[in-house]
Amino acid sequence: MMAKLNDKPLLSARNLGKHYGQRLGCRDVNFDLYEGEVLAVVGESGSGKSTLLGLLATELSPTAGAVNYRMRDGETRNLFDLSEAERRFLLRTDWGFVRQDARDGLRMGVSAGGNVGERLMAVGGRHYGRIRDTASDWLNRVEIEPERIDDLPKSFSGGMRQRLQIARNLVTHPRLVFMDEPTSSLDVSVQARLLDLIRGLVSELGLAVIIVTHDLAVARLLSHRIMVMRQGRVIETGLTDQVLDDPREAYTQLLVSSVLAA
Amino acid sequence: MSAVAAPQASGYNFAYLDEQTKRMIRRAILKGIAIPGYQVPFASREMPMPYGWGTGGVQVTAAIIGPADVLKVIDQGSDDTTNAVSIRKFFAKTAGVATTTETKDATIIQTRHRIPERQLTEKQTIVFQVPIPEPLRFLEPRETETRKLHALADYGLMHVKLYEDISRHGHIATTYDYPVEVADRYVMNPSPTPKFDNPKMHMSPALQLFGAGREKRIYAVPPFTKVRSLDFEDHPFEVQRFDKPCALCAATNVYLDEVVLDDRGGRMFVCSDSDYCEERRADGHRGELSGEAPHLVGGAA
Repeated sequence: MMAKLNDKPLLSARNLGKHYGQRLGCRDVNFDLYEGEVLAVVGESGSGKSTLLGLLATELSPTAGAVNYRMRDGETRNLFDLSEAERRFLLRTDWGFVRQDARDGLRMGVSAGGNVGERLMAVGGRHYGRIRDTASDWLNRVEIEPERIDDLPKSFSGGMRQRLQIARNLVTHPRLVFMDEPTSSLDVSVQARLLDLIRGLVSELGLAVIIVTHDLAVARLLSHRIMVMRQGRVIETGLTDQVLDDPREAYTQLLVSSVLAA
Repeated sequence: MSAVAAPQASGYNFAYLDEQTKRMIRRAILKGIAIPGYQVPFASREMPMPYGWGTGGVQVTAAIIGPADVLKVIDQGSDDTTNAVSIRKFFAKTAGVATTTETKDATIIQTRHRIPERQLTEKQTIVFQVPIPEPLRFLEPRETETRKLHALADYGLMHVKLYEDISRHGHIATTYDYPVEVADRYVMNPSPTPKFDNPKMHMSPALQLFGAGREKRIYAVPPFTKVRSLDFEDHPFEVQRFDKPCALCAATNVYLDEVVLDDRGGRMFVCSDSDYCEERRADGHRGELSGEAPHLVGGAA
């Protein structure tokens, strides 16, 4: 099933920049993201990827520029003009955030079912049976056995924790998901399974995704478009295959060539 | 609530606290009443008792008590436990007020962990001693974050706790300090009263004040305010039920304490509210053990 997509951008960044005092986080970032589109942000450590993601997810406040987002009612608004209540509502309904370390994205002392159900309860779900059914359905979709619904994430493997994080985020059918290195703490075979799962869910739900990664293979597998960052600036953007197969900038060429061939 | 009166014990102001402190506490109380369920910070004072012994409740009582008031203090429903006796003595000494153990005669009732069985009236004020005022405390450790959650009425987390209860135990296993929503807005800890007492808070004619001394918070439920215990549609809120009536006064629909009688498994269940039990026995009600165990529990035959 493909979701019906809109031709106006879902999110657009305009001259977005962040300075930490004198130090540069990132600057002059411009891009549009459409529904159902996966954008990868790649670059080495310290290139400003995480700062950019923090700005887009409104966890940081920018020193310059704006991020416009088309809300569910069709109105486009600058994220930094929203009230705290509106932003939190957006964060737990229309958005998801999959963290690199599952411990930051999950409640480790709460069962898997409670983790998945939290968002449902936050938006007013008050029927235990239905919350549990939905949670169990989502565990199934991310390939966690529904019998483990009452187990704590502490007892889960790294890959399972990441899948649980994904279920927890997708349960309210968000339109935009941020992913911060979702696979980097996993071993290769588990990575492949997780990527496969994410790819399936993205196309099935028509999700827009902004994924930050230093792993070009992840970018190639998942993303439609790619943005290469270096020293806080975007130095190259384009279709993923195009950029990775035929990099224009010297730095991108270096980045592509430094990947070990298996 | 009279202002300055002659100190009863030399060296102390009326009701121990100085007038300036009482004003500060009264302001916090008024704000709490104006915003039902909202935790108002206040400059809690050192009291001549350790934290956890009711320093918050004592400060609230000291701020509202006047010479004409009649004070009752209960601890776990009982008037004759250490905590209750010493707080009652404290106010008898520092404020010279009359004290009582009978709910119907009291104008101020300070309580630790119970609401009396007898329906309170508009003329009464009940003061709760609160150890942990923040209902979200064990779910969200950051104070800055819990304040934000209250401000935004973002209470999904509270239900996560109840969800966990049901998934682990098959029912909501929280039996005391059961979270309530006050006046359709703030979620509040009712202090560690058994959830049996939660329905008594709803539309209570008496003013309900809560003081947490260590945590420096005061909150309130004004008379005739809606107080709803949180629950799920398919797991509605329920109070504890007891199989037997009180063994001394045969009361049903009251909260009972278990009393171990011997080392061979003998036990009985008696009213936790000792005044209520005595009153019923004085009226001639007799439970199944009222003749047999008077020396153990002071139950008069």
